[in-house]
Amino acid sequence: MKIAVCIKRVPVMEVKFAIAASGTAVEEAGLKYDVNDFDLWAVEAALQLKEKAGAGEVVVLSLGPDAAQEQIRKALAMGADRGVLLKADAAPSDGLAIARALAAELQGGGYDLVLFGKMAIDSSNQMTGVMVAELLGLPVVTNVSKLEIAGATGTAHRTLEGAIEVVRFPLPAVLTVDEGLNKERLPSLKGIMAAKKKPLDVKPAALGEQKVSVRRMELPPERAAGRIVGEGAAAVPALVGLLQTEAKVL
Amino acid sequence: MAAPTIPAQDIPALPSVELTARPDDLFNIDAALTEEERSIRDTMRAFVNERVLPIIGDCYVEGRFPKELIPEMAELGVLGATLPEEYGCAGLSSVAYGLIMQELERGDSGIRSFASVQGALVMYPIYAFGSEAQRREWLPKMAKGEVIGCFGLTEPDYGSNPSGMITRARQQADGSWVLNGAKMWITNGSMAHVAVVWAKTGDSDDASSIRGFIVPTNTPGFTARDQKGKLSLKASDTSELVFQDVRLPADAVLPNSGGLKSPLMCLTQARYGISWGVLGAALACFEEATAYSKSRVMFGRPIGGFQIQQVRLADMLTEITKGQLVALHLGRLRDAGNFTPTQVSLAKRNNVDIATNIAREARRLLGGNGILAEYASMRHMANLESVYTYEGTHDVHSLILGQAITGLNAFS
Repeated sequence: MKIAVCIKRVPVMEVKFAIAASGTAVEEAGLKYDVNDFDLWAVEAALQLKEKAGAGEVVVLSLGPDAAQEQIRKALAMGADRGVLLKADAAPSDGLAIARALAAELQGGGYDLVLFGKMAIDSSNQMTGVMVAELLGLPVVTNVSKLEIAGATGTAHRTLEGAIEVVRFPLPAVLTVDEGLNKERLPSLKGIMAAKKKPLDVKPAALGEQKVSVRRMELPPERAAGRIVGEGAAAVPALVGLLQTEAKVL
Repeated sequence: MAAPTIPAQDIPALPSVELTARPDDLFNIDAALTEEERSIRDTMRAFVNERVLPIIGDCYVEGRFPKELIPEMAELGVLGATLPEEYGCAGLSSVAYGLIMQELERGDSGIRSFASVQGALVMYPIYAFGSEAQRREWLPKMAKGEVIGCFGLTEPDYGSNPSGMITRARQQADGSWVLNGAKMWITNGSMAHVAVVWAKTGDSDDASSIRGFIVPTNTPGFTARDQKGKLSLKASDTSELVFQDVRLPADAVLPNSGGLKSPLMCLTQARYGISWGVLGAALACFEEATAYSKSRVMFGRPIGGFQIQQVRLADMLTEITKGQLVALHLGRLRDAGNFTPTQVSLAKRNNVDIATNIAREARRLLGGNGILAEYASMRHMANLESVYTYEGTHDVHSLILGQAITGLNAFS
């Protein structure tokens, strides 16, 4: 089984973000980066499928700056076989441009599955995986939370609001991975050392025309300070009144 | 004569960082690590955050070493991590090994002690002084965590002066050995499957006759007793070993061991790991104290806004940064093959001392909450008193440095 996993380098979300001087991006100084969470679960799914099949190849693909090699190496340390970095100064904000570059690299690769995380936690776009499927002319299943492959047929669960949808699809296919599919393994220390010796191709991303660009980025407005209406039972009428007239939630 | 200039390209790029962005790495020591070293550190940090921190407070209170973590540590490749891959080990650099110790001790000194003993005090001597057959027999199983080891050097009456040891191994006419004696303060002692025991093979005053022996703990005459009543390293197995006519085959001896130098070489390895490990404990305390100082409100404002707490935190960060630079430089020396026991004494002595002080100051900053097992600082504080005392006490390392400085021996 030959599987491609597309991963994105994203900032670790536990920091407080600042807007860069350009006004169109997040200030990068002091940020730490990691593999997008959903993409890690996609990598884990690919590794598990390969291990179950007993043979195959897991190729990790990323489009991003040179430093994204670090994220590809992490996937290699987890057990992926080789990596490809499509180098761009920064990940473009035009999802279609990214999808075209990825599809061009994947085209003719003979992959049984192409896996994505369902969304990038930094940009929240959720578009690259489905666009790549369209460009490659492959079936796509989004938000996969359970997966089984038998021969050339796959069965996937999609978790919906209040229900689970079970879908069947033929291989080759493109899947986007949701939370709950698995818990990613830690790369072993030997795996980290072995990753150094695994092939990692770096080539320029064929981005083509980009139609969408970020014009401005701003922080959400500061939340106004709370107000203490009163104390004890005596404060209830005033509070209910404000919830009706001011907050308009009752 | 003009000083030689260092070509700019030989100096690694070390961009400065804002303390607000990276509160534990003002000097951007992170950038002085290789990508693999950072990955190894981050993997260990994730392991400790997910598997150790949620349980360690309870383990400590219950006085229990979390044995269930051994297979996972083995799977990651923690055990004997610097030894070669041909024996099933990870073959890591000294700095990578140091970072592993740092992250384990960020969890608890007991977890780090387990890994130190398994790797530096049992696997290392089997590798360094053992026959090829002994290496092949023991190292792969120990790397997998299937066999746990302990190290017997210290005795009830011989701690800082191990050359006085009374444990004896007598060689019999057929070449086999009979071991008698006792060892104390033995980490992993009760759960170990195998012990590396140091014993005199000659006269009681002949330290040059000290040899190492591989002793399976199920050999008749071998007993281990849990050390009761510890107020430190409570999440660690500490035991006393007794050998009563323990009969060992001729090939139980480590053939290339000889004299006190052999066990001291093991201790140098372990002390190197400690000089990194305690920084993990110090970082845990510093981070806990910093977070607490920003959230705990007293007199109407966070206590971190008071000068006395800021002095505490400033001292902690300063000492951690200095300790990290010492440990990192020592690791680079070790990888370059220019590494002396005296350097290790300086690093172990300094870093354990600063970590002990940081833990105590963090506990104080936490006020009443600081005495609870829910917080880590007092646990680290109590643990570090053991680390201050074992693997060469602080005072003995002072004398080693004193001798190196003056050329005068304070021991005799």
